[in-house]
Amino acid sequence: MYKIGVIGDKDSVLGFKAVGFDVFAARDAAEAGKILKEKASQNYAVIYITERMAAGAAGAIDAYKEAMFPAVIPIPGNEGALGLGMMNVKKSVERAIGADILFDN
Amino acid sequence: MAKALNVNPNRMELSRLKKRVIVAKRGHKLLKDKQDALIKEFLQKAREVKALREDVERDLELCYGSFRTARAQTLPSMIEQSLLLAGGAASVRVSHHNVMSVNIPKFSLPERPVQLSYGLASSPGSLDVALERFSLVIRRLVDLAAAEKGLKLMALEIERTRRRVNALEHVMIPSFTDAVRSISMKLEENERSVLSRLMVVKEIVRAH
Repeated sequence: MYKIGVIGDKDSVLGFKAVGFDVFAARDAAEAGKILKEKASQNYAVIYITERMAAGAAGAIDAYKEAMFPAVIPIPGNEGALGLGMMNVKKSVERAIGADILFDN
Repeated sequence: MAKALNVNPNRMELSRLKKRVIVAKRGHKLLKDKQDALIKEFLQKAREVKALREDVERDLELCYGSFRTARAQTLPSMIEQSLLLAGGAASVRVSHHNVMSVNIPKFSLPERPVQLSYGLASSPGSLDVALERFSLVIRRLVDLAAAEKGLKLMALEIERTRRRVNALEHVMIPSFTDAVRSISMKLEENERSVLSRLMVVKEIVRAH
């Protein structure tokens, strides 16, 4: 059995604690990156990270993109969706197909 | 431009190269098929992921909204206290399925009721509502994680496959066929020169 983690600012992640996810509050992106590195080797299948933190910790997140675990997934934080998560999907499509044919906006 | 291979022009090398051309062409066809199948699968998945993400982002927004309401109705410290004892550790079961040699993860949350482990008297009712919403959204959140990871892995595999297909098509196969042609030309040339030498020798012998 694998665990699920959530990294983000305190206000955003509190709710996830109640549903049993492992919650790690970070004050800024640098701290989020550090937590991610620390937790990545600890049997986590998924680590959600709020978009605001993910934007600043892109380097740390990229390190896990080829690995099966953990899946580092950006989610919108308390302040609403910044479009970063969607951007990731878009980038994947661009990489694979060469052109963006799904998000024609 | 394909680089010419540096090979010895003999029959041994010629037959070896001819075999390699056949293998390369076969490999190219197989990889191309793999690439096409992957892209087809990928596009379908990408559409699903896009829809799922839009959905989840909207739902999360609602969750945060109701959570904010709960926070506004009481002291922040009360909420933190209520959630201090989290409702047990959630864990996921992981399985894989294989699409064209890409391992796509699949996460499933075991069915588990959310235990609200705080006093009902000291917490606002809206907190219950917020947590109810959260517990509904996490299942799809986990699905989204698996789908997005799978999508990313497939994108990488497609990129790798495309590079291989291109390498075979534009570098290896042309350079092999070039080498085959140059060797067979060289061999023919040798043959002709031997023939003409023999004719000259024959002429000399006859003249005596």
